Amino acid sequence: MSVRRLSADQPASFAFNDANAVRCEREIAKYPQGRQASAVIALLWIGQEQEGWVTKPMIEAVAKMLAMPYIRVLEVATFYTMFNLEPVGEHLVQVCTTTPCWLRGSDDVVAACKKHIAAAPHTVSADGKFSWMEVECLGACVNAPMLQIGKDFYEDLDGPKTEALLEAFRSGQTPKPGAGNGRHTSEPEGGALTLKDPQLYNGGYNRKPEAP
Amino acid sequence: MLADKDRIFTNLYGFESPGLDAARKRGNWDGTKAIIDLGPEAIVDIMKKSGLRGRGGAGFPTGMKWSFMPKEVKERPHYLVVNADESEPGTCKDRDILRHDPHTLVEGCLIASFAMRANACYVYVRGEFIREREALQRAVDEAYEAKLIGKDNIFGYPFDLYVHHGAGAYICGEETALLESLEGKKGQPRLKLPFPANVGLYGCPTTVNNVESIAVAPTILRRGAEWFAAIGRPNNTGTKVFCISGHVNKPCNVEEEMGIPLRELIERHAGGVRGGWDNLLAIIPGGASVPLLPKSICDDVLMDFDSLKNVQSGLGTAAVIVMDKSTDVVKAIQRLAYFYKHESCGQCTPCREGTGWMWRVLTRMQQGNSRPEEIDLLQEVTKEVEGHTICALGDAAAWPIQGLIRHFRPELERRMAAFKQAAE
Repeated sequence: MSVRRLSADQPASFAFNDANAVRCEREIAKYPQGRQASAVIALLWIGQEQEGWVTKPMIEAVAKMLAMPYIRVLEVATFYTMFNLEPVGEHLVQVCTTTPCWLRGSDDVVAACKKHIAAAPHTVSADGKFSWMEVECLGACVNAPMLQIGKDFYEDLDGPKTEALLEAFRSGQTPKPGAGNGRHTSEPEGGALTLKDPQLYNGGYNRKPEAP
Repeated sequence: MLADKDRIFTNLYGFESPGLDAARKRGNWDGTKAIIDLGPEAIVDIMKKSGLRGRGGAGFPTGMKWSFMPKEVKERPHYLVVNADESEPGTCKDRDILRHDPHTLVEGCLIASFAMRANACYVYVRGEFIREREALQRAVDEAYEAKLIGKDNIFGYPFDLYVHHGAGAYICGEETALLESLEGKKGQPRLKLPFPANVGLYGCPTTVNNVESIAVAPTILRRGAEWFAAIGRPNNTGTKVFCISGHVNKPCNVEEEMGIPLRELIERHAGGVRGGWDNLLAIIPGGASVPLLPKSICDDVLMDFDSLKNVQSGLGTAAVIVMDKSTDVVKAIQRLAYFYKHESCGQCTPCREGTGWMWRVLTRMQQGNSRPEEIDLLQEVTKEVEGHTICALGDAAAWPIQGLIRHFRPELERRMAAFKQAAE
């Protein structure tokens, strides 16, 4: 567990913009009547996408929309670690440092973030463009070490590749996400050793046998 | 080696399109109507005969789990919930299914829901998998469009499929925590009894299955229980997606036969251990929660539930984390201890306090700043945490440390002696 509290500095108000209000309605509609609280994570997430972080007025607005007590939404906002309770940089860099990434050199990725963003995590860089943090396993372990920026995973990194990646973001580019050592996704480097039989791709095998 | 023709996830690496047309060419959605026409009992029966054991870690027989659902729908609707909260360190198999082969899952959701008389299914995708949930949503939209699912689908069984997501909590991979989270609460596990099959989502009968367990179901039903059961070993049948990470030359995911020797798995598919097999120190064979194995056991152990249980470890999610001789093995386990401290939900005292305590002690032991008696104390504390919590996170935090003490006690003692000597 970690102690997570709301920021001391809060904006005066919050409202979903029109497009996001529509998205919220779509989320709420996924659940049976009277069970709209199920949409709380989705709504806070949409709010965070809009504002960059989860604010107190946002929690109050979501509680009202879902007819939930404020404390229940506050619990959710503080329990789930992807909700940023403080402002973050334009690009939030989340570095996985759990054992599989650590074995492959995530220390170098962290060092690159310290050098190019800020010495301490959760600190917005001087130009406002970045902040970084260590996170627990992001689930791309065969492409370790890796980090997440926004919605995308950047994989198969090392120190210099991370520095180049951050520089590219800093100069306004959006580098191509995914595997970073020339492979397609999670196949072994140098090319897949399996799934080469062409019949797999014309349904030659995975068919229901005809009844006799 | 498993032949290509027996692989279920034919687009594991995403070289082909994940879209519906390409999925159909790979055989997905073929003969689905005939499967549905078998009826729920026959489907559950085939799943039982196939010997499929749950792919999320615990290895509970999937067919039997399905059979626990009430046979009739009374006033409470039934639900299928698919656990795509893949967060076990080392594991990244469901990610590839979601982004590259999502129609295996969508079809599986329909069939499994039908077999359990559920008309609605929620897939709970971990919050970080944003692109993956977008990919799944695209497949769901395609399936609605083609009337493969929906209230008026071509199979005549009303069925709705919804993609739900979390926001960063490992504990939500525990089935009852997942249900709490899905209901809009903190992800804190529930006591069992009652089991979710009686009182699950919204108090209704619910089954929670791993992505891979559901995604293999359509192929099993198409090709027959005998086909699946002939792969692997008795009580450990079928194929499995293995994730090989850490100190290997070519980390990768691969679908292989259950019971493949660990060494063969690594050498054939992942380019071998960095520096050769003799440079191997230890392997965590099934994701962070299972105890590590020293090289002497890795030499000839088979990768399935029973074989790994026999060497006091487990298959877990089949996430193979390899450590060569350059590894600070105490640091590797200390980092996992931090993970469990971070992810403990805080509900049960032994876990909330114990995970932090174990991490702090291991942090000292990593430096050698400890006394040999403390190893026994640490072992005792792991035993106090294990089995004394509502869910298995306490166990999962204890096991890696027990494995470290079991196999690397001399290394811990060596560090303590060196530290003492340096201090003097």
